Amino acid sequence: MNDLGAAAATALNLVLTADPAVAQIVLLSLRVSFSALLVAALVGLPLGALLAVARFPGRGSILTVLNALMGLPPVVAGLLIYVLLSRSGPLGPLGLLFTPGAMIIAQAVLITPILAALSRQVLEGLWEEYAEQLRSFGAGPVRAVPTLLWDGRFALLTVLLAGFGRASAEVGAVMIVGGNIEGFTRVMTTAIALETSAGNLPLALALGMVLMSIVLVVNALAQASRDFATRAGA
Amino acid sequence: MRAPDTILPLRAEGLGFSTGGIAILSNVSLTLEAGSPSIIVGPNGAGKSVLLRLLHGLLTPSTGRVLWAGDAARRQAMVFQRPVLLRRSVLANAVYPLKLAGITAAERESRARAALEMVGLAALADRPARRLSGGEQQRLALARAAALSPEVLFLDEPCASLDPTATRAVEEIVGTLAARGTKIVMTTHDLGQARRLAGEVLFLNRGRLREQTPAAAFFNQPATPEAAAFLRGELVW
Repeated sequence: MNDLGAAAATALNLVLTADPAVAQIVLLSLRVSFSALLVAALVGLPLGALLAVARFPGRGSILTVLNALMGLPPVVAGLLIYVLLSRSGPLGPLGLLFTPGAMIIAQAVLITPILAALSRQVLEGLWEEYAEQLRSFGAGPVRAVPTLLWDGRFALLTVLLAGFGRASAEVGAVMIVGGNIEGFTRVMTTAIALETSAGNLPLALALGMVLMSIVLVVNALAQASRDFATRAGA
Repeated sequence: MRAPDTILPLRAEGLGFSTGGIAILSNVSLTLEAGSPSIIVGPNGAGKSVLLRLLHGLLTPSTGRVLWAGDAARRQAMVFQRPVLLRRSVLANAVYPLKLAGITAAERESRARAALEMVGLAALADRPARRLSGGEQQRLALARAAALSPEVLFLDEPCASLDPTATRAVEEIVGTLAARGTKIVMTTHDLGQARRLAGEVLFLNRGRLREQTPAAAFFNQPATPEAAAFLRGELVW
């Protein structure tokens, strides 16, 4: 209980004083996770939409693999990216290992299957409703992809949130490929892990509270926009 | 208003459709000429909707073929029993198919607005389409199809889930389009509606075309006993 009380006080103090070290960690966390979300969305949402509309041999196997990848352990993803980006690896010359860029790649790899699999589910229902009408207009499945992405935009917001939640909460992958370098690649989750093992529980808990608050705010904003959309009848 | 390269007449030769080993439609041959509306009537399950979808190209026939006199790809449209409206504004719904048809942005909007005007929805252009009433939604579906200026418009039971007021509005729009030279091909189970709109009647029963007759003749003296029973309101099967 003492720890929690002290943590709450520390958290409040950190936020109120806008501690520069903490602010830097928080900003880097947001930058990495939002960049990863952007990259993953550009790949995952069209991929999900395409899988929702297309029927081809092997589609079932792809869906199975995609669903399995949703559960890809972050440390495994981190390890794979590490091998690819390490000096002797195929992408070694890019010099990305232990940079925020590597962390963005790792998180994007983790959440792209989540965005693709969830958007596939959401858009398949919409496609069932639209298919005949769109075919009547002369639009085949491929032309339907942008239509479905736009008309499913509010449902897809929830999908993006799930992806952002997963990206901002994971620690294993960014720890391995980022290296948790203070002032450079240290994000909230890796800082929490470090402070906990260093015995600095109040600071670790305080960072945890900041992280949870951010996730809460992002969710609240998304919920508000969905409510707005529902009222507008979109 | 008809282009010299008309897509009519539309001919079907030995058209059949079966699914899961069950024949829905067998050996339907017909010719639809330009002119007054062709109304397809018949009891539930007669295959009216399937015939319409085969003619429009949404279904591939199991046997036989559909032959247009010209390239019909962009010259026909269809309105469904339950309108499928996009999650967008009324105007955006009317613009969407025009965009797919490759019409320029400026012309898209003016054509869409003219179509909304025709169905009496101009004032609701900026509303979300899915907030409209059932009758308004079907009028929007009609406007959306009409904006494409199709030579042939298929309608599948467009009034089946509408109240009498909305039904009348839809019939007026269909009448306007027919008067402008659009060939109407429509299914209905409402004989009153068939009487009001039909130039000719196609009577379908158990997956077969039993009659194709000018409307007056069909209602006064149907050629087949099934059609006579159907007109008397008896259950035919």
